[in-house]
Amino acid sequence: MEIEMDRLLLGDNQFFGINHMSEERARTQAMRFRDTAAIMKVIDAAYDEGIRTFMCTTHERVAEICDTVRSMPDRYAGLQFYPCMPYAHKYANAVTDHGMLGAVMQFMPEGGMLKTMLSGGKALATKDVQGIARILIDAEMKMFEGLSTPVIFMQNVFTDLLLGMGFAEAFRIFHDHVIEKYDAEPGYITMNMPALFKVLRDQGIENPIICANINKIGFRMCGGQEAYLDTLRAGGLRAIAMSVYASGAIPADEAIQWVSNLPNIRSIVFGASSRTNIRSTRDLVGRYMS
Amino acid sequence: MSTDQASHLGKRDASRRGATTVPPTDRLRIAVVGLGKMGLSHFALINAHPEVRAIACDTSGYLTDLLDKYLPTTFYNSFGKMLAEERLDAVVIATPNRFHAPMVREALEHGLHVFCEKPFCLDWRESEALAELAERKGLVNQVGYHYRHVGAFMEVKHIVGSGALGRITHVMAEAYGPVVLQPKRQTWRGQKEEGGGCLYDYAAHPINLLNWYFGKPVLVSGSVLTSVYSDSTEDEVFSTLGFEGGTCAQVSVSWSDESQRKMTTKISMIGTNGRLNVDRQECQVYLRKPVAELPEYDKGWNVRYTTELSRDPWFYIRGEEYSNQLDDFVKAVRAGAGQPNKNDFRSAALTDQSIAMILDDSADLAPSPVIAPSPGLPVRKRSWFSRT
Repeated sequence: MEIEMDRLLLGDNQFFGINHMSEERARTQAMRFRDTAAIMKVIDAAYDEGIRTFMCTTHERVAEICDTVRSMPDRYAGLQFYPCMPYAHKYANAVTDHGMLGAVMQFMPEGGMLKTMLSGGKALATKDVQGIARILIDAEMKMFEGLSTPVIFMQNVFTDLLLGMGFAEAFRIFHDHVIEKYDAEPGYITMNMPALFKVLRDQGIENPIICANINKIGFRMCGGQEAYLDTLRAGGLRAIAMSVYASGAIPADEAIQWVSNLPNIRSIVFGASSRTNIRSTRDLVGRYMS
Repeated sequence: MSTDQASHLGKRDASRRGATTVPPTDRLRIAVVGLGKMGLSHFALINAHPEVRAIACDTSGYLTDLLDKYLPTTFYNSFGKMLAEERLDAVVIATPNRFHAPMVREALEHGLHVFCEKPFCLDWRESEALAELAERKGLVNQVGYHYRHVGAFMEVKHIVGSGALGRITHVMAEAYGPVVLQPKRQTWRGQKEEGGGCLYDYAAHPINLLNWYFGKPVLVSGSVLTSVYSDSTEDEVFSTLGFEGGTCAQVSVSWSDESQRKMTTKISMIGTNGRLNVDRQECQVYLRKPVAELPEYDKGWNVRYTTELSRDPWFYIRGEEYSNQLDDFVKAVRAGAGQPNKNDFRSAALTDQSIAMILDDSADLAPSPVIAPSPGLPVRKRSWFSRT
């Protein structure tokens, strides 16, 4: 059973000081969105303009957004989340502080059996990656409890690290756990779509949801724009295009028109901070992708 | 597609590296040594490289046993055993800093091409000796100063080389990030004797960029290494470097800055014909007069973004620069000899020497203000050679 994804998904980079064009702009945005109320204003605007999906990291501040949405079920009826995990910086910092194993331990629930086993060195015998992965996914999903999360994504730094390492089974572990435990569809964010698609196919993952940079100028489409287009044309995947504007390098109208002509693109994820931008993007998507 | 659009696409495509597939038997055999934060990322990139077969080595038996269970790669727990048993072309050394020198030497003596993570060696004389050894043996040698592969900082090299800024009188080289934000148990990165600390870990990057743009400092003064939280190393570095021709550069670095999401490096310059502000994302240049050597820049402010300055790699994890530096290395190894076009051991030795000059200079100043140190917690020491 496949879910019907919205054409337009609101992303969260803009709220957390991420801007691929300008660090000054990123800082200005971080200032503007210091209060979660300021983020909610944008989410409210998006909701009122008809956008129903918020694709977000598991940044600790997203927990506050979740709380707000949970507290007003009528206001946000039909609003759904597409969580993307893990929040890479959290783990990278933990690795710096505690080393590889220490970092995993950091994110294990206190008193859990696996943590005890790892501390005691017993997991040495089992090498239970599956068990560890499930616990980490569940820990990341906690903030979304009671909310609708029909698609759950693996974040790109993590996806691409595993992809590069050749840890193909990890995608299967993620896939199975997301379906079994959350009755949701697994998705994968990547900067290497053609390479990832092949590995997922080899793992028997059919018609995967893959979110990747797809833009007219080929910005960060690794493996080459042509390989991306070939993968899209060949089908067997549901693509979500991100970085459609290539960080502002392509005019909005031209950017969306180009993407709309590609096959097998189900959705576009975009970042916007104002109602005007949200509305104009929505209108462009409505014009070209309906 | 209009001609304009086609030419824009063509421009990007021309700079993109094609992923030529090499038959497995013809692939270079490259071992990544040390699977910490940088090592794992290097391993994933090297392993994904279409011309390479990757092997890996780490002393953590748990990690290698675990990876061995899931990955097709061959893993070793001992560097010496790996060198003895594997037929290798090259190694990527990403162990804690103090192990760089002995491991690089051993690899070179085995006739292997070497990519070493930065900083190169804790003693710059050792760095020079290793540069000499590698050169004498005709082996490719490179150090992972990835900022030299960031499009915007490469553009600075181009601009400085063109002379467009006129006589450059003042430079600010800054790096800030959120690594150490409280006193706490630390890994080797927080231990001076292990080659940890803000100077080696963070400041080495802007210093390395200054070396690239201006060469060796002729004088170093006002160096202050300050501890904010760490009990055995510095968390901030401030120094003034003078270069030939009268350029004065100030280095300001802190790895205890929570306001940064991740490491942020900035270079700004003031010259007699203009100004430049550069970070990873954009390159802003002000020219008083246009210059023939830099025809793409006009009078007044010019801004170029990462989207136009980046070259897409064959595989991307968290920044083009990490991929492209390894691709340079692979290409140089493939060529059999010669050098990558930047970041050879020689250039890294110059950075190690500049770091030593800052250390010497800081020792002459009054002791830096240090907060009351918390009781030192033991660092688990790894032995890379004991199991050979």
